[in-house]
Amino acid sequence: MTCLPGQTEKKLGLVIDLDTCVGCHACVTACKGWNDQGYGAPLSDQEAHGADPSGTFLNRVHSYQVSPPEAVPFTVHFPRSCLHCDDAPCVTVCPTGASYKRIEDGIVLVNEDACIGCGLCAWACPYGAREMDKAAGVMKKCTLCVDRIYNETLPEVDREPACVRTCPTGARHFGDLSDPDSAVSRLVADRGGVALMPEMGTKPVNRYLPPRAKDRGAQVSPLAPLLDVQATGFAGWLDRVLGKI
Amino acid sequence: MTQPQLDLSPAVSDEIRQTTCYMCACRCGINVHLKSGRVSYIEGNRAHPVNKGVLCAKGASGIRQITAPSRLSQPLRRVGPRGSGAFEPISWDEALALAVAWMAPLRETAPEKVAFFTGRDQSQSLTSFWAQNFGTPNYAAHGGFCSVNMAAAGIYTIGGAFWEFGQPDWEHTRLFLMFGVAEDHDSNPIKIGLGRLKARGARVIGINPVRSGYNAVADDWLGITPGTDGLLILSLIHCLLEAGKVDLPYLARFTNAPCLVGPDGLFLRDGQDKPLVIADGRAVAFDTPGIQPDLGATHQGARTVFQHMAERYLSPEYAPEAVADRCGIPAPRIRALAAEIADAAFNHPVTLEQEWTDFRGDPHKTMTGRPVSFHAMRGISAHSNGFQTARSLHLLQILLGAVETPGGYRLKPPYPKPAEAHPAPHCKVTPGKPLDGPHLGYPRGPEHLCLKDDGSPARIDKAFSWENPLSAHGLMHMVIANAHAGDPYRIDTLFLYMANMAWNSSMNTAAVMEMLTDRGEDGEYRIPRIIYSDAYASEMVAYADLILPDTTYLERHDCISLLDRPISEPDAAGDAIRWPVVAPDRDVRGFQSVLIDLGARLGLPGFVDAAGGPLYADYADYIVNHQRRPGIGPLMGWRGNGDAEGRGGPNPAQLDRYIENGAFYQAHVPDDARYFKPWNRAYQDWAVRTGLYDAPQPYLLSIWSEPMRRFQRAAEGQGQRQPPEHMRARLKQAMDPLPRWYPPFGDEAARDYPLHALTQRPMAMYHSWGSQNAWLRQIHGHNPLYVPTAVWEAQGFAPGDWARVTSPTGEIIVPVAHMPALNPHTVWTWNAIGKRKGAWGLDPNAPEATKGFLLNHLIHELLPPKGDGQRWSNSDPVTGQAAWFDLRVRVEKCAAPPPDEAPEVLPQFPVLPDQGRGRA
Repeated sequence: MTCLPGQTEKKLGLVIDLDTCVGCHACVTACKGWNDQGYGAPLSDQEAHGADPSGTFLNRVHSYQVSPPEAVPFTVHFPRSCLHCDDAPCVTVCPTGASYKRIEDGIVLVNEDACIGCGLCAWACPYGAREMDKAAGVMKKCTLCVDRIYNETLPEVDREPACVRTCPTGARHFGDLSDPDSAVSRLVADRGGVALMPEMGTKPVNRYLPPRAKDRGAQVSPLAPLLDVQATGFAGWLDRVLGKI
Repeated sequence: MTQPQLDLSPAVSDEIRQTTCYMCACRCGINVHLKSGRVSYIEGNRAHPVNKGVLCAKGASGIRQITAPSRLSQPLRRVGPRGSGAFEPISWDEALALAVAWMAPLRETAPEKVAFFTGRDQSQSLTSFWAQNFGTPNYAAHGGFCSVNMAAAGIYTIGGAFWEFGQPDWEHTRLFLMFGVAEDHDSNPIKIGLGRLKARGARVIGINPVRSGYNAVADDWLGITPGTDGLLILSLIHCLLEAGKVDLPYLARFTNAPCLVGPDGLFLRDGQDKPLVIADGRAVAFDTPGIQPDLGATHQGARTVFQHMAERYLSPEYAPEAVADRCGIPAPRIRALAAEIADAAFNHPVTLEQEWTDFRGDPHKTMTGRPVSFHAMRGISAHSNGFQTARSLHLLQILLGAVETPGGYRLKPPYPKPAEAHPAPHCKVTPGKPLDGPHLGYPRGPEHLCLKDDGSPARIDKAFSWENPLSAHGLMHMVIANAHAGDPYRIDTLFLYMANMAWNSSMNTAAVMEMLTDRGEDGEYRIPRIIYSDAYASEMVAYADLILPDTTYLERHDCISLLDRPISEPDAAGDAIRWPVVAPDRDVRGFQSVLIDLGARLGLPGFVDAAGGPLYADYADYIVNHQRRPGIGPLMGWRGNGDAEGRGGPNPAQLDRYIENGAFYQAHVPDDARYFKPWNRAYQDWAVRTGLYDAPQPYLLSIWSEPMRRFQRAAEGQGQRQPPEHMRARLKQAMDPLPRWYPPFGDEAARDYPLHALTQRPMAMYHSWGSQNAWLRQIHGHNPLYVPTAVWEAQGFAPGDWARVTSPTGEIIVPVAHMPALNPHTVWTWNAIGKRKGAWGLDPNAPEATKGFLLNHLIHELLPPKGDGQRWSNSDPVTGQAAWFDLRVRVEKCAAPPPDEAPEVLPQFPVLPDQGRGRA
């Protein structure tokens, strides 16, 4: 068993806008690219060009079809990664102390030197956010790019997670969700951001902005025909329309 | 318990080299990080005008493209039967000598027997220059099976089209409509733009049979029935005209709406050949200063374009109630959409406090525009009514006054550029000499067709013939079928670059493979010689006789040029380069350098100096030193002494300056030139200064197309050059000078094939290249056929089921999946994923080959025979664009194909031998 800190100084996390995410997977490979050469062991691939390719990804996008009753069906693209929960069961279940939550910013990390690859944390996570790397035999998960966000060798503007930096639609936002005045907290307030599966009691830090209401059509401003074209003919229409100049 | 000490500031890499991505055609700027000389990480370049720092899934995965096992590693000569994949490695000297031995005698006797067609190369300025100097008329790139309808309809109507030609005014637009757009070439810019609209709550409407990707985030989705977009657009125009919600002052000043149509359907003109308009009751040239042209005038029996147009679209045949069933959209929704467009355009105009002067010399205090913008791509253009549909969309933009005005659609330098400012096509062959001019262009009438003296097509693809007069990009999809049939004539050497014609880039793929291996009565191949250049072991490789292996995009020089397809923005002309950020580790050469070498060995003008020696060492040398016109070269930046922009002599340090600047250059449009470009004196003068134009070229947007009317007149029996009798009726319909809608030709098969079948491009995959990418193939490794609810239930499908999909000319058996957010008469799948076993360095049992498939097997390159003995291509009758999306099918549940333990899609083909470097 590993202990969680009673409180963290910040709650760094992601706010993901489901109204804007087009499901392009840019965040998936930007994450893979950065973390393949960043914190901890590389993210390996098995049978990379084979019949059954698989590999370690810290962030994946799923697409769902939604068919609400008596409404137009729609598609939702749903990026999924670690939510950096306040009450992270993946930490408390860890038998070696390898999984831990950072006191200074709340990031949940795996100390790979202490990880024995038992997989209990992946079992404990209700979000499926952890993946065992088959080559390294250690548990991998989103680090919020802890080796980017404080990295003094990077320009300040680049000190954000790779997925946020690359997102072409700007659907991913990064910041301190413990600060009610932070840009991400205001976004959550303005757009009704939600935690994922709060009933699991893990108190996720990340938030999702739900899709805006769709398919309402035009609300008002019907077109008023200038006149009944068929009754008065083309010449009448022309006079009326050109009279407007 | 103490937390581990982390190194929070690790050095990312030893070095960053900035170049241009080529994981698709979007041309984003990338930072390539290197550690110990190897690529370690790729991210977007924040300073780059295209992607502004962001990067898509493909771009970041480029690191796995440059190590792909499918990379070709040395020149190859075929030793077994064609198609067997039996090759022997040869040296570059042998390879180039062989190519010269084949092509040099043809140049001296019959240059047209060499057909040179290129795929997604982005170096058409060089490849066309080479082909022109070789002297063959048979050259084009891949636009004919891509989106030439979109490009050509735009050029003929507004002097530019979508993507490279222009983009929505993301900053000011209030309502954005996408027609037929899934993922697109303009990958990151559209995503960035959508993000901007979403961030400020602007409305986005998707008109698409499939609610994927961009349509998934649209506020409203209209799941239109394929092939009916033109009908919907003309119905919107009907509603707007009926209500008088059109921009009359704009139409009068900047379009040919006030021009007078004479009894022959051509404009009344003055003695200087300028179209006449009526102003203050007098007939005057359209560009007379100070006039207010009269849209409602009549003159000597001639009426204005405005009247012809209004009369046509006010007709009840375009009323929402008349089109709703065919479009699959209820009439009230069509009216509501028209109302929403009118509201945004006319109740919320955008006014910028910016003075400007128009081409008549008339001053304007402000720039006022309409915040409605559009984007459209292959979904509307890859139909046999695609050209007229694309023209309809441009007409809608014009009527709103939303072309080149604030909030609307903005053109990018070197556009605007109307058809009249482009060259006409050329086809005159003289053995041993260059062609008489550029191959491709924009015909203004039958006099510009590429016909031989006997009236037969001069080009192997029949571009610019009566079958498709305005085929501005050629018809690459017809080259192999026509060459095999000897129609219009036989060729000798087919020279292809980066075009997977033996697989996903051909219609009727299995038959194309047979055509490539078919022999005549003399025992020789019907297409005697095939030279192919590609970086990877695509399905096409096995069908070539000589392979010239190309480099990957990080190992080469390239030039994204204003002479070709630049990276301009509405506010800046822009061009870019690629340069070798890593060196190839195998015996490969950049194709453009090879082409320049071949040009020198063949002694082609433009490639040899006065003494007959090579003019350029390689492509980099050409990029810097080639001058198309005095002072105008492939790159606009840092010319002359290093401070000249656009015009100036070659600068030996030019590429170094580009590399220092992140591999791109921008020339910014002055503030008073940013909008109204076709008519804005400040823009026209700036374009001349920077070398984009040689003289100011203001023009009127073309509601009534005179070039089309000239072809229609020919079909009616007027004029010297006359079409064959069997072509007249089709031409008369297709070449209507006002946009119109007619059913896609594929609809003739609808009775037995009730469903439309489409493909969409996945955002994380681009054509065939992605499949070999270790990361991307984990995202998209196979593709089911997506089926709408009605079909799913009627067939009793369950997850894991298979279906037989039958078209009038083919059959495939594939896995199915249910998709509710789909037009009820449409099935679809992702393109680019299905592979032939053994290709692309993949395991023969890769899911791409066992569970991935092509719809191409169902699409014939010809229309069903009409009993007239003619071969009618399955293409748009105006431009020849391949009508991929006219496909009609029926879908029936069937047993899974063998083997039982792991069913495989049908058809299957023999496993190709591995031609690449083998597994890493």
